[in-house]
Amino acid sequence: MAVTTSKMTASSQTMNNVEAVRATLYEALKNDDRIIILGEDVGARGNVFLITKDFIDEFGPQRIIDTPIAEASIVGIAVGMAMEGLRPIAEIQFADFIYPSFNQIVGEAAKTRYRSNGEYTCPLVIRTPYGGGVRGALSHSVSVEALFYHVPGLKIVAPAFPADVKGLLNAAIDDPDPVLFLEHKKTYRLIKGEVPSGHYTIPIGKANVLKEGTQLSVVSYGLYVHWALEAARALEGDGLSVEVIDLRSIRPMDRTTILNSVEKTRKLLIIHEDNKFGGIGAEISAMVAEEALFNLDAPIRRLCAPDVPAMGYAETLEHEFMSSPEKMAKAMREMVAF
Amino acid sequence: MAVRTTTAFERRGLSDEQLRQLFRNMLLQRQLDNRGFQLNRQGKVPFALGSEGHEALQAGAAMAFERGKDLLAPYYRDLGLCLGVGLTPYEIMLSIFAREADHNGGRQFPNHYSSKATGILSFSSVLAAHIPHAVGAAYAIQYRNESGRAVLCTNGDGTTSEGEWHESLNFAAVHKLPIVFLVENNLWAISTPIEKQMAQPEIWKRAVGYGMPGKRFNGFDPVETYACVKEALERARSGGGPTLLEGMCYRFLAHSTDDNDMTYRTKDEVTEHRKSDPVPRFEAKLVEAGIMSEADVAAMKKDVLRETNEATDRAEAMPFPKAEDLYTHVYEGAWQPWQ
Repeated sequence: MAVTTSKMTASSQTMNNVEAVRATLYEALKNDDRIIILGEDVGARGNVFLITKDFIDEFGPQRIIDTPIAEASIVGIAVGMAMEGLRPIAEIQFADFIYPSFNQIVGEAAKTRYRSNGEYTCPLVIRTPYGGGVRGALSHSVSVEALFYHVPGLKIVAPAFPADVKGLLNAAIDDPDPVLFLEHKKTYRLIKGEVPSGHYTIPIGKANVLKEGTQLSVVSYGLYVHWALEAARALEGDGLSVEVIDLRSIRPMDRTTILNSVEKTRKLLIIHEDNKFGGIGAEISAMVAEEALFNLDAPIRRLCAPDVPAMGYAETLEHEFMSSPEKMAKAMREMVAF
Repeated sequence: MAVRTTTAFERRGLSDEQLRQLFRNMLLQRQLDNRGFQLNRQGKVPFALGSEGHEALQAGAAMAFERGKDLLAPYYRDLGLCLGVGLTPYEIMLSIFAREADHNGGRQFPNHYSSKATGILSFSSVLAAHIPHAVGAAYAIQYRNESGRAVLCTNGDGTTSEGEWHESLNFAAVHKLPIVFLVENNLWAISTPIEKQMAQPEIWKRAVGYGMPGKRFNGFDPVETYACVKEALERARSGGGPTLLEGMCYRFLAHSTDDNDMTYRTKDEVTEHRKSDPVPRFEAKLVEAGIMSEADVAAMKKDVLRETNEATDRAEAMPFPKAEDLYTHVYEGAWQPWQ
């Protein structure tokens, strides 16, 4: 099986995010026969985004399992496999379908180690595509991270760049605890980047300062970190210096990078696609207010989705729900001017 | 619905010694059950769960389990099964007293036993959540070609209403996994009777829908239970796929020390089922068959009481987990909680 690439050099390849996930899974399957992929349509169809295309031919139906349509047991069976020594990678076809497996993730996977006092562990990766901007309507575009980030015992990553996808997916697969691996659908083919060759990991829980700046700290992740970066770069021409942090990991969260940045810029704007109320930004705001209130020169601001159940299918409804580089640039200008 | 009972004594290949082991397990279950309730009434433990009425079923099923090979995915009313596969009364008491030396460090509710060394999977109180875990473990056994191993997965009748129960049986059947699903049907799910749980009350018949063998047996008879579970486990271990078993029994006690069953069922009903109590029944059979004398029975009861007392005293004397243990085993390694 050849991993599709548009460009290749000796030490890195240019890939989009789909290709990065696919290449990482492929290498993992080749290197460790404890790894099993299970989910809906991951076998013969090769996943709805073709991430696991042809894997079943090379690795067989015992390792690439087309499951019945039953999300609770996709995760639950993976938990049992993990408790019994395998390294399952469960796929939830769309993050919107993860709700039936909520108990298995929150009540079981995240608590296996804790409730057994370390006798049993649950080294499990749950991959799922999330996010909007693809005309996915109510049930193919949600962000689910805030529903899970409340839960100790679980790790959550949401990489935005192909190199981070590979490094964090490798880290998630190697991790001895359950990891929810969130892949933004809109970035799947939109975002391309250089991906180093060979096996490497990026530590879960480390943010990445994408662009340094002095007047404002912007914390984001997923699709929106690309738009935030675009907006911040556009503002450079007007002499605005905005620091952009890609959170990459949502739990554990990199407090140090956020606090160091805020200490320098003295202003914080959090941008995410998920709802504002109870979102990741709420926790970051509270943390910065507790730890660094007197370093702030402006109120913390959150640019997030409105408090409505979901984005609609109609273009107007999706557009209203989603942010944009322009809306982000406006908020950045206002924050710097404050 | 009446619980079917057999009168003819059949030993189904069990030796005298194994038959006495079955009986001892049943006595020990009842003694430990009572002890949990006593300790609760004495104010020494906040909670206890009983499995009275399940003794024969669990002793028989445990006898079919192969220690060191098979895995057990139990639920919270499986004291006797856990004893039967290798947990000691002391370990049971550590769980009841929530002591540091308990397998789960005093974290879990009583009766939520787990022990990796004994092959007992860890489970929560969310019903049916452990069924897919058992299936995943069976998948791992099959994937690694570990023939001669199987998973024994148990639950009560109420749990069969859960979606994950259905999902798990379906998956196990699709993959012909080495697993036995044993339903301990005691006719009550806390206060909800079987007729409100399901319109078709013979759970074993659902096996047809999944494409696996199904069987109902008298769970008040430890020997019949043993034979049924053994047959199913042997089929599982040798590549024959999963089986759905339904053992009929009755819950003699309230759901737990926090439940008053007289608010939803009658004393007459309980008394009626008590007439079939498997413990004195099996005792009479063993004596009648000359496998134990009445003196043997008395000596065994005394020994079980002694063992229970010793386990109680020894566990009670052990320390609670330390307050700082709250922070361990969140993830691998040290964890600095998000402040």
